[in-house]
Amino acid sequence: MKKMTKVIGICAAAAMVMTTGTAAFAEEGTFTIGAIGPVTGAAAAYGISVMNGAQLAVDEINASGGINGYQVELITADDEHDAEKSVNAYNDLKDKGMQMLLGTVTSAPCIAVEGEALNDNMFLLTPSGSAVDCITGENAFRVCFADPAQGAKSAQFIGEHGLATKIGIIYDSSDPYSTGIMESFVAEADSQGLEVVSNEAFSDNRTDFSAQLNKAKDAEAELVFLPFYYQEAALVLKQASDMGFAPTFFGCDGMDGILTVENFDTSLAEGLMLLTPFTPNAEDEMTQNFVAAYEEAFDGLVPIQFGADAYDGIYAMKAALEDADANPDMSASELCDLMKVSMGNITVEGLTGTITWDPATGEPEKEPKAVVIENGEYVSQD
Amino acid sequence: MSFLTYLKDGISLGSVYAIIALGYTMVYGIAKMLNFAHGDVIMVGAYVVLMLLTKAGVPGILAVLIAMAVCTVLGITIEKVAYRPLRKASSPLAVLITAIGVSYLLQNIALLLFGADGKTFVDVIKLPSLSFGDGALIISGTTIVTILACIIIMVCLTLFVNKTRQGHAMQAVSEDKDAAQLMGVNVNGTISLTFAIGSALAAIAGVLLCSAYPIVTPYTGAMPGIKAFVAAVFGGIGSIPGAMIGGILLGVIEILSKAYISSQVADAIVFGVLIVVLLVKPTGLFGRNIQEKV
Repeated sequence: MKKMTKVIGICAAAAMVMTTGTAAFAEEGTFTIGAIGPVTGAAAAYGISVMNGAQLAVDEINASGGINGYQVELITADDEHDAEKSVNAYNDLKDKGMQMLLGTVTSAPCIAVEGEALNDNMFLLTPSGSAVDCITGENAFRVCFADPAQGAKSAQFIGEHGLATKIGIIYDSSDPYSTGIMESFVAEADSQGLEVVSNEAFSDNRTDFSAQLNKAKDAEAELVFLPFYYQEAALVLKQASDMGFAPTFFGCDGMDGILTVENFDTSLAEGLMLLTPFTPNAEDEMTQNFVAAYEEAFDGLVPIQFGADAYDGIYAMKAALEDADANPDMSASELCDLMKVSMGNITVEGLTGTITWDPATGEPEKEPKAVVIENGEYVSQD
Repeated sequence: MSFLTYLKDGISLGSVYAIIALGYTMVYGIAKMLNFAHGDVIMVGAYVVLMLLTKAGVPGILAVLIAMAVCTVLGITIEKVAYRPLRKASSPLAVLITAIGVSYLLQNIALLLFGADGKTFVDVIKLPSLSFGDGALIISGTTIVTILACIIIMVCLTLFVNKTRQGHAMQAVSEDKDAAQLMGVNVNGTISLTFAIGSALAAIAGVLLCSAYPIVTPYTGAMPGIKAFVAAVFGGIGSIPGAMIGGILLGVIEILSKAYISSQVADAIVFGVLIVVLLVKPTGLFGRNIQEKV
């Protein structure tokens, strides 16, 4: 999400050590996983969720016998969503014996840290860094979809679920996140049997969407795809309602948050769908158990998608280490060489779907998931 | 019918530009300075109304009146503190740069107070919308109020400037400050009054802008402010009817080019038209061509 790269960590408070109470140095015979993310500052909600989700997974793994019989230790550091602080945090964790990295959480710091990790040949798995450049090296993988991939995945979801055939698109031509998603959506639309009947941009005027909506309406679009952030989307929904235009609206991860806009009339978002890998309301057993354990461990806090991404990330590391039959005495570089091959062999049944990886690109492959808003709440659509 | 819909959308967008442009053109016409902070005074007005409505439960009309008062005080203060000391500066650029500074100052104060997240504006205008041809053409209550407000303000301002003593003083200051002062006109007072009126208009514009496009952020006023400035130049800066016509034309051109040419290049077309108009008629559509006597 570009949102994350935009959020500026204004809080320059001293780096707070995370909650986990881990020992500072790794013991012999223990896998040491580092995790870096913003635990303070404006993007703290993301970082805290990742740390919590990862800790939960590590605790579960240790309780059930560890990885290849070895215990796992999670060491964490705060980067305040700042690229420079993130590199410092990375070096700090390396000094503390980190053997592989879960992180970083947000895109801009992840791009910086990935360069360092590539030089060190350190295995890197980012739960949520969605910018394309977050994983350039062979050592780097991710759990979430890359930004542009969300377009193709949205088209796939709409096609497979038969939501509509005539599609209108409105996108932000001044934002590479939005434009990238639009392009990959259009490229995929044909093979999903979707017809793009209107494809309209906005840039300078971020408040008036009447012309774009009217063109979609005139073209009889049944579904309007909105690959941008929820603040603009709130206006789009209002204006569509004012003009009596009621197609299905469909957004990506940037839409996540629309229900939190202050004073927003959530009835306008009724029926809105958005692509998101995780919702705590999903009824499958795995999600329910995760949500219950998370709420119990973290004072009733409800997990968001970042926590689920991190949870799946730790299990992916476990699967790769088991596939490689690795042990903690190996160096970080040796582990990385084994794991980057093993990532291509594993399948993780995770909270965010059944995930496999392409070792050449580091990108995950999984079924897209979406939620629909009903009565002001996310309801999962499977 | 779809052409009528686009035209209606253009007029309603244009009427928002027009109401902001009236404030711009008023200040430029009399004080001969571009108040780039005008858009941000609009944002302040919108926040004041929103806070009064949601946190204090003040009724709509009263909230608008209080916002007008707050913006008036703000406008006069900005003029006194930031612009007046620079009026005698050797370069007119100094006051222009200060205006940009004030604009950033207001945005950042709002960022501190209200955060970067947008807040949805609550309905102040509770008029039902008009529907023609079985809902093929819907004109919202907000659009009707905006257009009416725009016309009323334009007429009142024109009468005020042309018929009252204060208005005549403004015209005198506009033509020649030094001569006006020699004739007994209180130049500083007149310019303060201009800012007071301009800022009160900004509060109204803020309410109308955010009623039409109901989200308020610290940057809400910035882009509409720039567009309204373009509208004011388009219509002939300093001309009160020009601001209104310029604003509405700009909105119509923007929406029609999105509808019939391309939404990707709509903004380029809008500014392209501006360039053509200024090449043909350098003072804008309604601008007076005043000969500089040397």
